[in-house]
This record gives sequence, C-alpha cells and structure tokens, in this order.
Amino acid sequence: MPIPLTPKRIESIKFGILSPREIRRMSVTKIITADTYDDDGFPIEMGLMDPRLGVIDPGLRCKTCGQKAGECPGHFGHIELAAPVIHVGYAKVIKKLLESTCRKCGRLNLREEEKKRFLEQIRTRKEMDLPYDDIINRVFKEAKKEKVCVHCGEEQKEIILEKPTTFYEGEHRLTPTDVRERLERIPDDDLEVIGMDPENARPEWMVLTVLPVPPVTMRPSITLESGQRSEDDLTHKLVDIIRINQRFQENREAGAPQLIIEDLWELLQYHVTTYLDNEVSGVPPARHRSGRPLKTLAQRLKGKEGRFRGSLSGKRVNFSARTVISPDPCLRISEVGVPLEVAKELTVPIYVTPRNIDECREYVRRGPDNHPGANYVKRPDGRRVKITENNKEELAEMLAPGWIVERQLKDGDIVLFNRQPSLHRMSIMAHEVRVLPYKTFRLNPTVCPPYNADFDGDEMNLHVPQTEEARAEARILMHIQENILSPRFGGPIIGGIHDYITGLYLLTRKNILFSEEETMELVRNLDLRALPDPCEIKNGRRYWSGKQIFSLTLPKELNLRYQAEICRGCEICKEENCEYDAFVVIKDGELICGTIDEKGIGAFKGKILDAIVKKFGSEVASKFLDDVTRLAIRSIMHFGFSFGIDDEDIPREARRQIADVIKKAEERVARLIEAYVNGELEPLPGRTIEETVELKIMQELAKARDMAGEIAGRYLGPDNSAVVMAVSGARGSMLNLTQMAACVGQQSVRGERINRGYHGRTLPHFKIGDLGARARGFVSRSYKDGLSPTEFFFHAIGGREGLVDTAVRTSQSGYLQRRLINALQDLEVKYDGTVRDARGTIVQFVYGEDGIDPARSDYGKSINVKEIVSEILGEGGDGK
Amino acid sequence: MKKFKLMEHELVPLHIVLSEEEKEEVLKRFGVREHQLPKIKVTDPVIKEIGAKKGDVVMIIRKSPTAGESVTYRYVIE
Ligand SMILES: [Mg+2]
Ligand SMILES: [Zn+2]
Ligand SMILES: [Zn+2]
Ligand SMILES: [Zn+2]
Repeated sequence: MPIPLTPKRIESIKFGILSPREIRRMSVTKIITADTYDDDGFPIEMGLMDPRLGVIDPGLRCKTCGQKAGECPGHFGHIELAAPVIHVGYAKVIKKLLESTCRKCGRLNLREEEKKRFLEQIRTRKEMDLPYDDIINRVFKEAKKEKVCVHCGEEQKEIILEKPTTFYEGEHRLTPTDVRERLERIPDDDLEVIGMDPENARPEWMVLTVLPVPPVTMRPSITLESGQRSEDDLTHKLVDIIRINQRFQENREAGAPQLIIEDLWELLQYHVTTYLDNEVSGVPPARHRSGRPLKTLAQRLKGKEGRFRGSLSGKRVNFSARTVISPDPCLRISEVGVPLEVAKELTVPIYVTPRNIDECREYVRRGPDNHPGANYVKRPDGRRVKITENNKEELAEMLAPGWIVERQLKDGDIVLFNRQPSLHRMSIMAHEVRVLPYKTFRLNPTVCPPYNADFDGDEMNLHVPQTEEARAEARILMHIQENILSPRFGGPIIGGIHDYITGLYLLTRKNILFSEEETMELVRNLDLRALPDPCEIKNGRRYWSGKQIFSLTLPKELNLRYQAEICRGCEICKEENCEYDAFVVIKDGELICGTIDEKGIGAFKGKILDAIVKKFGSEVASKFLDDVTRLAIRSIMHFGFSFGIDDEDIPREARRQIADVIKKAEERVARLIEAYVNGELEPLPGRTIEETVELKIMQELAKARDMAGEIAGRYLGPDNSAVVMAVSGARGSMLNLTQMAACVGQQSVRGERINRGYHGRTLPHFKIGDLGARARGFVSRSYKDGLSPTEFFFHAIGGREGLVDTAVRTSQSGYLQRRLINALQDLEVKYDGTVRDARGTIVQFVYGEDGIDPARSDYGKSINVKEIVSEILGEGGDGK
Repeated sequence: MKKFKLMEHELVPLHIVLSEEEKEEVLKRFGVREHQLPKIKVTDPVIKEIGAKKGDVVMIIRKSPTAGESVTYRYVIE
C-alpha cells in the first residue's frame, strides 16, 4: 500500500546551535559503553547500537516509536563528555568572540553609543533583507582595538588560536573549560551586535559538553557474506570517543597527575575533532584499520560526492540509458536511433481507459520479449506486477480502466537526449525515438554542433519522460526543431557540417548539368511529385542544373541575397555578376546565382537556414534540413569525395618556387639580424630595438609562409579535395592546407618566437646568440615533407602550449559556469516583464534592457530594418 | 589632468532624482517596496553630483544599442 501523502508547506527554517539541554532533550538514551553487540549478537543497551536509536534490520520494530525498518526515522542518543571540547567548526568564531569581549566582565568591548549605532545599522539591513556580515566584521574589528575594557577597565591580552582548536592568551594556555566560562559571561544584550541570537545560539554552546549520537539509521552496519558485521565509519569514531571519555573519567576520579589528564583531554579533543571533520589541516586524519582515512560528518557533506552536490543537486534516475553514439544521416534531424535492447528495457506508463484498453491488452500479451511489449502493469491499488511469459495472458485479461501498463519504448515516443558537459540549454533536447538494431544511439549529424558531439567514442544519455505534462513540455519547449536557433547569437546552431556542406558546394558550383537519370538519383529521397522544367535539352535529352535541383528543397516564397563563404571580398562586389559565383540570390524559392556553402546551410552561419526558420517557422525549417541533408549526401555520393596523402602532392615547379620564397625570407631575416647587431635598425614607435627585430622577423616569416601556401593552393587547384573543403567551409582551412603541403611556419610560445631552453640558445644544435629563423622555431618544411629533428622539437613545444591552454580553460570555465548557475538559477521573468529573484527583488526592469528573446532576434539585433524595408518594397531578401 | 563635468561625460547616463509622488508611483507600478529595487550608494559620484539623499529613488536613462533607451530605477542607500 502506498502511504497517502499529505502535502505540507514549509513555513520557515531556523538555524541555530544545539544547546546541551536541547541535545539531552532530543536524546532517547545516554550512551555509556563503547561495545556494540553482545556475544549472542544482540545490541547492548546504552551502547552505540542501542535498539532505541532506531531499527535497520528488516522485521524488527523500533523500541522508541514502534515502527518497522524504513518507517522509523531513527532517534538520537547522547554522550556526556567528561570534559568540554572545542567544536572545530566554530574555532574561528570563538577566537573573534574572545578578542572582542572583556576577559573579566565578559561584555562586548564597545562604548554604549557605538554599540547602539551598529545595532541600528544591522536592524535596517535586516529590515531590507540585505546581508549584514560586513557590519559584524566591523564590530569585531572595533571591539578588538580597545586594549582596556571600556566597562570595567581590565587590561585585555592577545588571544592566539593555534590551529585547529588550541587557544592561548599570551603565553598562558586556555583550556576548553576556560574558554567556555568566558563565553558564558557574554551578556545576551551584546550578542545581537555580533549577529548572534541568544535564543538559538549562545556562544558557550560552541564548546561541546554533550555530544549527540546520531541514530543508527544514519550509520547502518552491514553484514558481510562471512556473517561478520562491519560498522559505519561514524560508529568507529564514536567508539573511540566513548573509550577516551571513559578513560579520562577514570583517571580523573583516580586522581591521576595533571600531565596525564591533559594528554587524555587532548586526545578526546582529537577524536571529537576528527569525528566532526577528518580533513582539518594540521590534524592527522583518523584512519580505518586498513589505512583508509575515515569518512566522518564533514566528509559526508563536502565535495562532489557529498550530500549537497552528490545526493541533493544531482541524483541518479530511472528510465534512462547511456551508450556510445554514432551518425546516421538517414534519420530525420528530430529523431534518435535507440538500440532495440535499450527500447525493451525503458518504458512509458500508459493509463488504461475504455478507449485504449484493447491496445493495452495487446502490449501486455506481447510480454517483455516481444518488442513493442510491456514490462510491468500497475494495479489500481498501486502494486507493480512484472509481466512474464507465464502470467501475460492472465494479466491481459485482468486489465481494466484504472490500471497502468508500462509499455516498452517504441517509434515516435518523445525522449530527452543529452551530452555532457551540459553547458547550455541545447545540451538537452527532445527527440523522437526510432528503434534500430545494434548497440549505439544514432543521431543525424546536423545536431552535433549543439551537443558538441563527435563520434570518436562519445557517449550520450537518454531519458524517458513519465508524465503527460513532461512529454508536452518536451515537445513544446525542448524539441529539436524548437532549438534550431540559438539564444546565444540569434542564428541557427543546428545545420549542415562537413560532408553536407561539401555535397551542396559540389552540387551548386559552376553550372553542372545532370541527366534525367542522375537527377532522379539525386532527388529520390525528397518528397517530390514532379520534376521542374529542365533547363536545357540536348539531343532530345533533358538536363537539370545543380542550382535547379537544390532549389527543389527551398520554400517557394523564399527571397534572399547574401555573399557566400567563398566570396573573395572584392573591393566592389559585382553581386549577380561575381566571377567566382560567390553572390547568392534566391528569388521565389529559386537559386538564381551563387554557390551554396557554409554561409548558406552551415550550423552557426547558415543564412538560408536562418531565413527559413525566421520566416516560415521551425516545422518548415526542420523539413528543409531533412531534405537538404539528404540531397547533400546523394550529391557527394554522386561526385565521389575522398582525401588522401597524395592530395597534398604538389608539382616539382611549385616546390622549387616555395623553396625559393623561404630561402629569400631567410636571407631577409639574416639581413635584419645583421642590421640589428650593427645597431643600424630603427626601432618602431613604442618598441625597443629587440622587440622591433623580433616583430620584423615574425612578419617576414609569416609572409613567407602565406606566400608558400598561396603557391601550393594555386598548384593544387580548385578541385583538390582539401581546397574544396577549405573554401566551402566544410572542414579545415587554407592554413591547414599550407601546413600540410607547403610550409608549417613559425612555432611560438605566448605569441613570441621560441627563445627558451639552454643558455642563450634554444637547442645545442645552434650557436649561442643565434637569432636566425631556424634557431628560433621556424619550421620551413611541410607536414607532408616531414620535419627535421630540431623542427620536430620546436613543433612539440608549440603544440604543448595549446594542450595546456585547453586543459586550464576547461577547468576554469567549469568553475565559472557553476558560479553563474548558482547566481542566476532563481531569476525569473515575471508577467510584468521585470526580471526578479526568488525574493521578488528586481534585477532588471525589462529583460535584457530591451525585452528581446535573443533566440528570436536577428543575430543579436532586435530587428533588421533593411530586411523589412526591402521585403515590403518587394526586392526580396536582405543584403545591400 | 583635464577636468570634465561628470554629468556631461558620454559614459555617464542621465540620473534624475524622483519626487516623493513619482517615487510612490514607481513603487506602485512594480508592486515592490523600496529595498526590492536595485540599489546605489549615496557615496556614488553621480549621486553626490545630483544631490540625492538616502531613501531617494533615482531614475536612470541609458542609451541602449538594442532598445534605443532603457529606463531603470535605483534606491539610494548609505
Ligand atoms: Mg569526442
Ligand atoms: Zn523509531
Ligand atoms: Zn570588563
Ligand atoms: Zn564577389
């Protein structure tokens, strides 16, 4: 039977320090013996496993509340400490209190007027709901300044805290008893000024005289396979405390010498300290017999695996799956391929109604092994029954409205898909399920950019929403197609990558004609009823252009003008007459001129994509992406596309020219160095001569590399695979190409030529003081040629910097992200348009000053006036 | 160093001290109490310049690249 839940609202939470009285009041028993179980295995009364502290063994009932294991929350006990000890967590506060109050009369060392002034400030802050800790720090600082008590005239001495818990007053050591007595003397009236509430936190309570013993439910013992009991770390620690406590008491009663008493006192302090926190600096951590440090109270709460970050902020969940991802361009962009084995394990609850009972019966009848079947049914009384081969027929018959069938995941179900690190909201999006064979999750490569996923072994998580509300939210807010536009920059974050871009570039560049067979082959995956009129008829055969075929995927009302990625940035753009076919004009859904590349359909940059989402909505855009990616894949398959080591081959003539360029550059560098050595160099404004020569050398060598790259590019020609990828923006850059085919270029550390290593030189291969190109990390060869040993070493130096940078950046940005989330998580845009925090304090009067949803903005701008004007004037599209 | 008038500097937005009635109107419009507004210290150079006192509400009008002009209010605290 499920326990009926009564919703309760928390009115307020009060924080304070447990007083000895409170600890005794909430205790069900005093704990006096360190033994846990007797010889027969029964817990000993008034021991650490006293049955009144709660139950952990199933079947038994609690001696205090009479409930069974799992129902009884457990009950506290207490240990009477033989002598007071300092609570480590409060040592710093205790020091401040001792410093700011009189050693004789105990009053706060401030004049009455001053006290009143501070109190007033604190009260106004409290009224305004503002933090006032800075005022309290000022109180402590002011009170500490007075060397003589302003009330009784007693001279004050310096208080030293020897970490973690030992106090000295000058030379004299203060025992915890002394400290406690002093804290007791602080009058209630003075506490508010220090920011303490005497009702809930008297300062002397920071020195422990009674120790609460947590219930056994908090420190359950486990029975090993050998039948041996293994106790929790906390229990071990409590055993230590009780043992020392007893010894201390016995020794004191026996009148043992002061020295021994003091040693035992310190030992008691050590055990209580490590019980509270086993990672205090200056205290050797208490260890288990095996040598493993014990996990005590603070360790349970702290850190990534602690209660806050590990159990409360982050929980493990059911109805989720994780596996490796792989690409599948045949899926729609909003789909995710789910392995059959996963689909059979994950379930969706279906509420049985008169209308769907037949369908539900069918699922139950199919059972757990026949996908799509069902794994469990839930009866109206809340009992879950597992469906097996034996009971499935019977259960199907018993099915009635009010039951719930846990149906296996099947095609079309909505699920959440996620890749860590989840840095922005597009890291979790909703997909529709496609159950597929094999063992990986599959996704359309267009959704790689928002997840930042690739397929070199990345794993992703999948979650199945279990309620109708969650599914509706996923469909409306988190669905792939609702997230094509990124709120980060107001442009598409989902879009063509790699081969998609290459494919469309090859299809639309030049004016390639396709025969009827070829055209059919290209468009066979599009949902077409008829082909448009051919653009050319030769010898009675009909031909279509690549631009025409691409246009088939465009909405008929689309108008657009923009400069493509391949635009060379001519001084005066000739627009339609661009000799590189780099100016794209789309009129009424027809690609008139221009080549489609990254700027057209790429993620981040895709103008066509951007225009389609903004003008025609996410549904049309999603369809467009499905079509255009299928066409792109067909296109790249039609042309064939490969890249190999011989694609970097350049003719002998080109190699000669490159060698020449580099040789000349090195000569010029040598001349620069000569001029520098002879003191003939004019320094650049604001630079030293040394900086000037370095700068000029770097410029000279960079120029040489660029020229080498240009030569290589010229000889490779526009049909070279690497060139195609680089210019279309599919992958790589001309710089990559230069480095592969022509010259790797200058290696640098922190933007300077490499100048560290040996005394006055980088490597022993060079003369001391050699400033030449090769001696300071210039790599004249290409990757294809292979590097010389010294070049290879310089390259490793330069490469290391990049690796270190990434490592440092990720850790820093991770920390920054967590702080940002903590600061922003409760902010909300209210119905009046203001942004407020959880207390109703206004953070912004209008969201982002302008009230614009950046995802719906035009690349961050609220509106694009030019576009609207040209649209109304019927010119179509943005642009000039 | 060249002296300049604080309020005339192009990076200093326009600050206006609200009258008691205007202040009430703003508080009513947003349904907040004074301390739920963003705050500004009396020691702020602009606040000193325009002579606002603790407890006043100032209206700040900024130029905004996206909104043209954006208006915020701040409660003056000590
Ligand atoms: Mg990867
Ligand atoms: Zn109980
Ligand atoms: Zn005094
Ligand atoms: Zn051009």
